[in-house]
Amino acid sequence: MAYSLLIIVTPFILFLVLGLLGMKMKPVIAGIIGTLGMAFCAILAYTVAYQYFFGIGKTNGEWLTQIPLNFEWLRFTENLHIDLGILLDPISVMMLVVITTVSLMVHIYSLGYMKGETGFQRYFAFLSLFSFSMLGLVIATNIFQMYIFWELVGVSSYSLIGFYYTKPSAVAASKKAFIVTRFADLGFLIGILILSYYTKTFDFGLLTADHAGLVTTSMAGGTFMGLSIATWAMALIFMGGAGKSAMFPLHIWLPDAMEGPTPVSALIHAATMVVAGVYLVARLFPVYSFAAPDVLEMIAFIGAFTALFAAVIAITQTDIKRVLAFSTISQIAYMLAALGVSGYGDHEGLGYMASMFHLFTHAFFKALLFLGAGSVIHAVHSNEMDHMGNLHKYMKITSWTFFIACLAIAGIWPFSGFFSKDEILAAAFHHNPIVFWTLWIVAGLTAFYMFRLYFRIFWNGKREYNEHHKPHESPWAMALPLIILAVFSVFSGLIPFADFISSDNIPFHTHIDWTVAGMSIAVAVIGIGIAFALYFKDSKQPAKIAQSLGIFYKAALHKFYLDEIWMWVTKTVIFRYICEPIKWFDRHIIDGSMDGLAWTTQKVSTSIKGLQSGQVQFYAWVFVAGSILIAVLVLFI
Amino acid sequence: MNFSNFLFMEQEIGLVILFVFLFLYDTFCSEKGKQYFQGVAVSLFAAFTVYGFFPLLTGEAFGGMYVSSKLTIFMKNILNVATLIVFLQSNNWLASKETVHRRGEFFTITLVTLLGMYLMISAGNFMMLYIGMETASLPLACLAAFNKYREKSAEAGVKYVLISAFSSGIMLFGLSFLYGGLGSFYFADMAAHLTGSPLVILGFVFFFGGLGFKLSLVPFHLWTADVYEGAPTSVTAYLSVVSKGAAAFALIFALYKVFGPIEVVWHHILWWLSVITITLGNLFAIRQKDIKRFFAFSSISQAGYILLGIIAGTAQGMTATVFYVLVYLFSNLAAFGVIAAVEHYSKGDTRIAAFNGLYKSNPVLAFVMMLAVFSLGGIPPFAGFFSKFLIFMAAADQGQWILVFIALLNTVVSLYYYLLIIKAMFITEGEANAVGRFRTDNYNKVSLWICTIGIFVVGILSVIYEYIGTISFGI
Repeated sequence: MAYSLLIIVTPFILFLVLGLLGMKMKPVIAGIIGTLGMAFCAILAYTVAYQYFFGIGKTNGEWLTQIPLNFEWLRFTENLHIDLGILLDPISVMMLVVITTVSLMVHIYSLGYMKGETGFQRYFAFLSLFSFSMLGLVIATNIFQMYIFWELVGVSSYSLIGFYYTKPSAVAASKKAFIVTRFADLGFLIGILILSYYTKTFDFGLLTADHAGLVTTSMAGGTFMGLSIATWAMALIFMGGAGKSAMFPLHIWLPDAMEGPTPVSALIHAATMVVAGVYLVARLFPVYSFAAPDVLEMIAFIGAFTALFAAVIAITQTDIKRVLAFSTISQIAYMLAALGVSGYGDHEGLGYMASMFHLFTHAFFKALLFLGAGSVIHAVHSNEMDHMGNLHKYMKITSWTFFIACLAIAGIWPFSGFFSKDEILAAAFHHNPIVFWTLWIVAGLTAFYMFRLYFRIFWNGKREYNEHHKPHESPWAMALPLIILAVFSVFSGLIPFADFISSDNIPFHTHIDWTVAGMSIAVAVIGIGIAFALYFKDSKQPAKIAQSLGIFYKAALHKFYLDEIWMWVTKTVIFRYICEPIKWFDRHIIDGSMDGLAWTTQKVSTSIKGLQSGQVQFYAWVFVAGSILIAVLVLFI
Repeated sequence: MNFSNFLFMEQEIGLVILFVFLFLYDTFCSEKGKQYFQGVAVSLFAAFTVYGFFPLLTGEAFGGMYVSSKLTIFMKNILNVATLIVFLQSNNWLASKETVHRRGEFFTITLVTLLGMYLMISAGNFMMLYIGMETASLPLACLAAFNKYREKSAEAGVKYVLISAFSSGIMLFGLSFLYGGLGSFYFADMAAHLTGSPLVILGFVFFFGGLGFKLSLVPFHLWTADVYEGAPTSVTAYLSVVSKGAAAFALIFALYKVFGPIEVVWHHILWWLSVITITLGNLFAIRQKDIKRFFAFSSISQAGYILLGIIAGTAQGMTATVFYVLVYLFSNLAAFGVIAAVEHYSKGDTRIAAFNGLYKSNPVLAFVMMLAVFSLGGIPPFAGFFSKFLIFMAAADQGQWILVFIALLNTVVSLYYYLLIIKAMFITEGEANAVGRFRTDNYNKVSLWICTIGIFVVGILSVIYEYIGTISFGI
C-alpha cells in the first residue's frame, strides 16, 4: 500500500505549485487545481480505507498495524532515530477519510465562498499545506514525526487564521492561536524528550506494544515531586494535546480563531486540527491506560469540566461563529472525557471506541454547521444573530441542512450524533458517575444552545430585509457540500464502529443502552423544547431571564473572564517576574558577550589587515615560515 | 602490461575522450559550427556526469597505484556536478567579445584540471597524487589568467602559478623525506611501516603544506583573495569549489589511509589550523568590499569547517566531510552564479555595493543569493544547516567540545558578514547607476535551479547522507 504516500505528497505538491505559480494563474484555475488535487487525495484515502478495512487490515480477528513505508531520517544513537513513515491502523485510516472528506468539502465550498477575494490562490495554497500537515500528523509512525507535523499544522493554521492579514483582529487572533498552542507544544516536546530519554525510542509501535510494557519497565520507580516519571511525561504530552484541542484553560485561542475565513474554521476548528489532541491521546492510549492511569483520570475530569464550561459560555454568545467555536470546544472535551473514562480491551474500552466514533460523526456535522454558518454570513454579511432571523424563507437548503446538523449534534435518534454520544455517555455511566452526570447536563445544554442558534437564525420573528439586499441562497459550489455533509451527518452514525475501532484492536459488540439513551434523548428534547419556547418567536423572555441571572450571565457572556485572567497572568506575572530578568540577562550577558565578540572581531580584523599585502614574495615567506613553525611545534612540543 | 587495468579508469578515460573531442572540435570546426560549442560541450559533459552515477567497476589497478572505490566514484561525481554547474554559469562570460574565440580553451583546460583531480582522489601512491596535483594546478593558472588583457586577471595567473610551483616544491620536499623514511610511495606499504620519527613528521608537515595550499588553509592561504578577485568569476567558482573539494578528498584519503598511525601528530596540527583558518577567514571576510574577495575569505573559513570533519578520524567524520563538500558545492555555486550574472550586467562591477537594491531590480536572483548565504551560514532548514550540524556532531562525538564551541562562535561571526550581503540586496537602496532589471541567460538559470534544488533537498533527503555513510571508512 505504498501508494498511500501519495495521499500526503499530493497536497504538498499542490502547495508548492499553488504557492509558487499560483499568482500567475487565474484564481479560478488555482482553485480548481487545488480542489481536484484534494479530490484525488480523498479517492486515495477511500481506497486505502476500503483496502484496509475490507482487505488486509484484519488478521485472526485483530486489526493489525500496517507500515507500508518507513525510512530512517536522522540517527542519533543506535536506538534513537527519527523515522519518517506511514502507519496505517484503524484510527489513522479513519482520520485519513475524515480529513480528506472534510477538506474536499471545504475546498469545493471555498470556490464559492472565497470568490473574488484577493489572495484566492494563496488561500488554496495554504489549504493544501494545512491538509498536508494534518495528514502527515495522523499517519506518523513515531511521536517525533507527529511532532514535526504537529508544528506544521500550527504554522499552516496560523497563516489561514491570519488570512485577512490587513485586519488587525485577524492578525491578533492568528498570533494568539500560534502562541497559545506553541506554549502548549513546549510541554509536548518536553514530554517527548522525557519519554524518549527513558524508553530510547520514538516509535509508536514499540511504545504501545505489550500494554506499554516498555514505558512501564523503563520508567519504573522513577518519581519527581511525588508523581511518577511516566505520569509527568504523559501529562506533559497531553498538555500539547490540550493546547491543540483547546481544553480549559488553553482554549482561549479557538474562539478568536474565528477571525479566519469561515471555511477555514470548518476545516481547522471542526474536523482536523482541534481533534489532533484527541488523536494524540488515542494513539498513545495503551501508554496512558497502563503507564499513567492517573493522567487518564485527569483527562476525564478536564474533559468533563471543559465540556460544561464551554457549553455554558456558548449559550450566551451572539456571534454565530463563536457559538460554534464554544460548541466545538465542548464536543472535543466530550471526546477527551470519553477517552478518560475508558478502560482497555473489549467492552472496557467502550470509551475509546465512543471517542473515536464521536470524532468521526462530529467532524461531519460540525463542518456542516460551520459551512452553513458561512452560507448565512455570506447572505447577510454579518456574524451577529441580531442581524439575522427569518432566513428559512430565503435559504431553504442552508436551513434544512443546518437543521439536520443541529439534530445530529443534539443527539436525536437516528441522526449520527445520537449513536456516538450515546456510547460516550454509556461509557461514562459505567465508569465514572461524576463525569457521566456532567456530560449528561452538557448534552441538554448542547441541544439548547444549538437550537437557540438555529431558531434565531432561521425563524424568530418576521425580520424584513432591505429590498436591495435580500438574503439569497448560496451558489451551488457552497450548497453542494452542505448537502453532502448533511447526508454524512444523517447516516454516519449507522456504521457499526466497534467492529472497526477498539482500544485493543479486537472488534467487540456494542448495543444501545436504552437507559442511557433514553436519558440523553430526554434531556436533549427538553433543551430543544426550551429553545423553541424562548427563541422560535421573537420575544422579550430571553432578555428577562438573562437579567435575572445577573452576574452569572455576565460572567458567561465574557467567557468567565478567562482571557482577562490570562492577560493578567502573562502581563503581570510572566512578563514582570520571568521575562524582565531574562530580558536583563539577554541584554547584558548574552548581547554583551555577542557585542564583545563583534567588537573584538572588528578590532582584530582591522589590526591584521596588513597580512594581506598583495606581495607574492611575502606570501611565499609566510608559506615557508608557517610550515617550519608547524614542524617545529610538532617536533618539540 | 595488463590493459584490463584501464577498465577501472572509466571516468578518467571518459574525460580524456571528451577532452580530445572538444579539442578537435575547437581546432578544426568552422567559426559557424563553433557557435554551438557551448551547448555541445555542456550537454556532453552533462551526459558524462550522469554516466558517473551508474555503477562502475571498483578495485585497484596498476599494482595499487590507482584505486577506484564507490567512495572515489561518488567524490568524482560531486566534482562533476560542480564542474557542470560552473560550465553552465560560464556561458555569458565566454560569449563576450574578449573570450569568445577562446571558448574551447576554457573547456579543454578545465577538463584537464579535472582529470588531475580525479587522479588525486584515486591515487594509491604519492607519485600519482603528486602528478594529479600538478595536472590540476598548472592549467588552473592559465584559467586564472584567462582574461589576459585585464591586469587583475594576469596578476591572478602569475600569483597562482608562482605559489603553486612553490607549494609543489615544498610538497615534493616533504615527499622525499617520507620516501627517505619509509622507502615506499605506496599508501599501503607506507602505512604499514609508519612511525612517528622526526623525518616522517617533517615529511608529513611539508606534504600537508602542499595540500594546504590547495585547500587554502591558513597560513598557506594568502594567495586566495588575490587570485579569487582577479580570476574570471567562473574560474573563481571552480577554484573555490572543485579544486578545494578535490584537495579535501585527497587530504582525507592521505590522512586516513597513510597517516592513520600518527593520528596524534596531525590531530593537533589540524585542530589548530582549523581554529585559525575559520577565525582568520572570518575576520578578513568582515572587511571586504569586493564580493569575490569576500567569498574568497568565506571559502577559507569554510575550509576550516571541512577540517573539523576530518579531525574526527572516524567513518562518521569522513561521511560528514564528504557531505559538507557536497552541500558547499550547491551553496557556493549558487552564490557565484548570481555574482556572475550581476557582474555581467553591471559591466564587471564586483563590489558588494553593486548588489545594493538587487531585490528591487531582480527579486529572483536576490532570493537565490539569500538561499545561498543562508545555507553557507548554516541556517535551517537549508542544506548548509544539516552539513554543519553533521560535521559538528562528528567532531563532538570524538569529544572535541572546545573545537566545536569555537566553530560555533565563528558561525555567529560568519552570519554577520553573510547578512551584510542580504542587507545590501534587500535593505540598502540601489545606487543611481545600479544594474537594472535583466534576464539571466538560460544556462545560468539552469545552474541556479540545480543549486536551489540542491540547497533545499540535499539536507532533507537523508538517503544521500546515509549512502555516503555506507561507503565511508575511518582510520
